[in-house]
Amino acid sequence: MTTNLPIDQMIDQMIDPGRGMISREIFVSSDFHREELEKLFTRAWLFVGHESQIRNPGDFFVSRMGEESVILCRDTQGKVHVFLNSCRHRGMKVCRYESGNTSLFVCPYHSWSYTTDGRLQGVPLYRVLYEGQLDRSQWSLIEVPKLHQYKGTVWASWDPDAPDFMTYLGDAVDHLDQVLDCRDGRPGGSEVIGLHKWVLPANWKFAAENFLGDTYHNPSHRSVDMIGIGPSARAGQSGRRDNEYAKGQHVWVSFPQGHGMHSVWMPEVFQYQPSYLQYPVVDEYFRHCFEERKRRLGDKARLLPFTGNLFPNTSYHGRQPRGLCVWHPHGPTQTEAWRFFLVDADAPAEVKDVLRRFYMRYSGPAGMTEQDDMENWLYATAASSGTIARRYPFNYQQSMGAYKRNDPLPGDVSTQMTEQSARNYYDVYARYLKGADWDTLIGRNNSVRQAAE
Amino acid sequence: MTAAQRLAWFALKQEIEDFLYMEADLLDQREFRQWLDLLAEDLVYFMPIRRNVKFGQQAEKENTRQGEGISWFDEDKWTLGKRVEQILTGVHYAEEPLSRVTHMVSNVRLLEVSPSVEEPAEVVAGCRFLVYQNRVEYESNTFVGRRKDRLRRHGNSWLIARREMILEQNVLLAKNLSILF
Ligand code: FES
Ligand SMILES: [Fe+2]
Repeated sequence: MTTNLPIDQMIDQMIDPGRGMISREIFVSSDFHREELEKLFTRAWLFVGHESQIRNPGDFFVSRMGEESVILCRDTQGKVHVFLNSCRHRGMKVCRYESGNTSLFVCPYHSWSYTTDGRLQGVPLYRVLYEGQLDRSQWSLIEVPKLHQYKGTVWASWDPDAPDFMTYLGDAVDHLDQVLDCRDGRPGGSEVIGLHKWVLPANWKFAAENFLGDTYHNPSHRSVDMIGIGPSARAGQSGRRDNEYAKGQHVWVSFPQGHGMHSVWMPEVFQYQPSYLQYPVVDEYFRHCFEERKRRLGDKARLLPFTGNLFPNTSYHGRQPRGLCVWHPHGPTQTEAWRFFLVDADAPAEVKDVLRRFYMRYSGPAGMTEQDDMENWLYATAASSGTIARRYPFNYQQSMGAYKRNDPLPGDVSTQMTEQSARNYYDVYARYLKGADWDTLIGRNNSVRQAAE
Repeated sequence: MTAAQRLAWFALKQEIEDFLYMEADLLDQREFRQWLDLLAEDLVYFMPIRRNVKFGQQAEKENTRQGEGISWFDEDKWTLGKRVEQILTGVHYAEEPLSRVTHMVSNVRLLEVSPSVEEPAEVVAGCRFLVYQNRVEYESNTFVGRRKDRLRRHGNSWLIARREMILEQNVLLAKNLSILF
């Protein structure tokens, strides 16, 4: 752990969740951007991809961690790896296809080649030029020291000392499960049906923060709510989704590791709300899943997901729509977004078709809902970049103190809209920038956590 | 082709070009509802996502496919009607204030004509598009690509029954696709 008091003090001044104020600098300055890349993205667990994208030995999917390209690959023995996508010789991007199947990654520059488990195999003219000098075993592709597969998703960290992924996830797992589990409650079983990649001129944290529980921004989606684009819109229903959670208690939950979620805690007795109205087969399918899930999960079935963000930059939509979105930093005021759309792999074709159509009209740059988010994030970034603007912090004082710990669910739970999850997020963020040890970063060190409150 | 057929071909090509230019103009003039009237009820509006694939796999894998998975657009007239309705609410902030847009259409070719050039009921026209969007103050995007339109004779005009737009981008370099193509 490195401490440098003046820098720590500066960070504390700029990031002051206790008073509900956060400097605009962290959203626009290249210094903060560089610090994030060095101190946060080199340590935190990041989402890399999904096993359904690399089903067979030799399958690869080129992904990204922070600002760097990585190769997610299933080796010929079936083991999953994540490699930095940069040749050990002169750094050429080894793989420039987005996905595929191979037995060898051949570098286009001087033709060094790497096996699917990362080993340097071929070096042209090795005997003549390198014999006795180059120890090939030392020049494998750079591999992440930490990798974890969870219910189909693949996560990685560049920090060999990072706690294991499940510890990092903590109690947020209950919420993530609602995204990754089958709609009928069977564990896992999702697949990626498609991917969006786009760049937006906004700081990545605007997007992450939006998903970790900014329900307050609902008015910016008024246009879709007025016209109705949900799965029952053709049957004349307004709104951008079905109202699946009638009578449920909305909860905004945050966790010491920095995760934040907006979910719903249903009453003890709750019924299926008719959905997908113009598609009787789909409605029937979800009704069946709903009952099955209640039967399988019992009391746990009361938890249903809206949106959330796994610290630092993996957001999700839980049901309508359903997917994971990674907000990769792409310069201080640019983000490259990658959204992975999910369905149950064994859902009937008709269900998948209705879902994918809804996903496309809801999400991403062509999505009628998310377009308005992008507009907000762009102009919030732009209008915060000025010299004068940077002198004035953002306000994060919504519902200060209005939460209970571990009641009725694990975590800090608010039953009213709150910026508590954001305050908590930036508190954790500040700890990364200060180079804190892992106990502090995941909230094991309670004195720090309490002091911040 | 006989001389008469050639003449009919040129006349038809001119008619199709005029239709495409008129249609582009409706969008640029923000006559969105009139534009919707040019769409057939069974319209397919499709813009695939383009991927970087190994040589030889382009045909199979470069573009996402209509009817499966996720594309930029894979939708019908109802959804496009919703897009128009949304813009007209005045609170669709991604298009409020409205973008300034110019659709350039060029390289128009008749790819299929049926049943005959003299009595065309359906035409597939290929073209290139260059769509320039300018938003608020400093935001601008240029969308360039190839388009294939299936047009259906409708009285003395045409209806668009299928529009396929191949945008020459991989990672989308615009924050939004909030305009109509
Ligand atoms: S950079 Fe890859 S072989 Fe030289
Ligand atoms: Fe939103």
